[in-house]
Amino acid sequence: MLPDRAQTVRDAVGLGLAVGLYGVAFGAAADAAGLDVWQALVLSAVMFTGASQFALVGVLGAGGSAAAAVGSALLLGLRNTVYGVRLVPLLRPRGVPARAGTAHLVIDETTALALAAPDRGLGRLGFLVGGVVLYLTWNATTVVGALGAAALGGTARAALDAVVPAAFLALLWPRLGRGFAEPAVQRRVALGGAVVALALTPFVPAGVQVIAAVVAVVLAGRPRREVAA
Amino acid sequence: MSTVWIAVIAASVGCYLLKLAGLSVPASWVEQPWVARIVDFVPAALLAALVAVQGLTSGNEIVIDGRLAGLAVAALALALRAPFIVVLVLAGAAGALVHVLTG
Repeated sequence: MLPDRAQTVRDAVGLGLAVGLYGVAFGAAADAAGLDVWQALVLSAVMFTGASQFALVGVLGAGGSAAAAVGSALLLGLRNTVYGVRLVPLLRPRGVPARAGTAHLVIDETTALALAAPDRGLGRLGFLVGGVVLYLTWNATTVVGALGAAALGGTARAALDAVVPAAFLALLWPRLGRGFAEPAVQRRVALGGAVVALALTPFVPAGVQVIAAVVAVVLAGRPRREVAA
Repeated sequence: MSTVWIAVIAASVGCYLLKLAGLSVPASWVEQPWVARIVDFVPAALLAALVAVQGLTSGNEIVIDGRLAGLAVAALALALRAPFIVVLVLAGAAGALVHVLTG
């Protein structure tokens, strides 16, 4: 194997394994939300996009309706559509099976691997290797997390209850830093979302405040963006 | 079929179709300002709302417990650039400690 191909495979396998291990946290969060191990596994196998999976079980765990939970997952899943558009010229999937298979692997990490590679061939290699390794690891660790969490006692439960919001904070954190587009606006948006959700909590059915917070923040941000554009 | 199963299947199929759409629709459909706006900013609002709801509420009530200690520890760890898994372990330890001390 050429040195740069070996390097690409090594990076992709490393990223796939490292990120795939977080499936333990997802499996545990799914169990804490009242899902069984099969439901957690279907989410990891079919949905296979971490933030949407956490959002679905988060809203259900807070007592939210199915509609609010599905809506949250789809809103977060929309970014994969945009990734797909960026990946088409690079991956050029031919035919329905290739397109259907490629689509399943389009997530944050595989998009980053594909776009970071120095050329198209290495981009495809990184995308495929990273995607497959991450998929297999993520599904295996989801089962470990869900079964492990189901066996926990009171104190371990309290630990798990504290892990779930921390996981959301860890997903949010990189968006608020300098590496991301418009971090100051991101921080205002995040603060607004949290404040609106808490303010609505006593008055609306559980889970609805999450969607309502998103809608409120998006509507509040609208005029400023139109002026800017 | 239970409501949870319906939510699991509907959201899973929906998220897959969103991925497939990206590889199938003309780029101009997706490269609209309003789509860019949703993709850029909705995750921050949604994730922050989930942090607040998961960390500070129970049903229709605001509840302060070990989860808030976990969030504080997690924020500190994230500020120090700790890896994801370390952040989660520290948050869990803080939550468990508060449970032991107050329970």
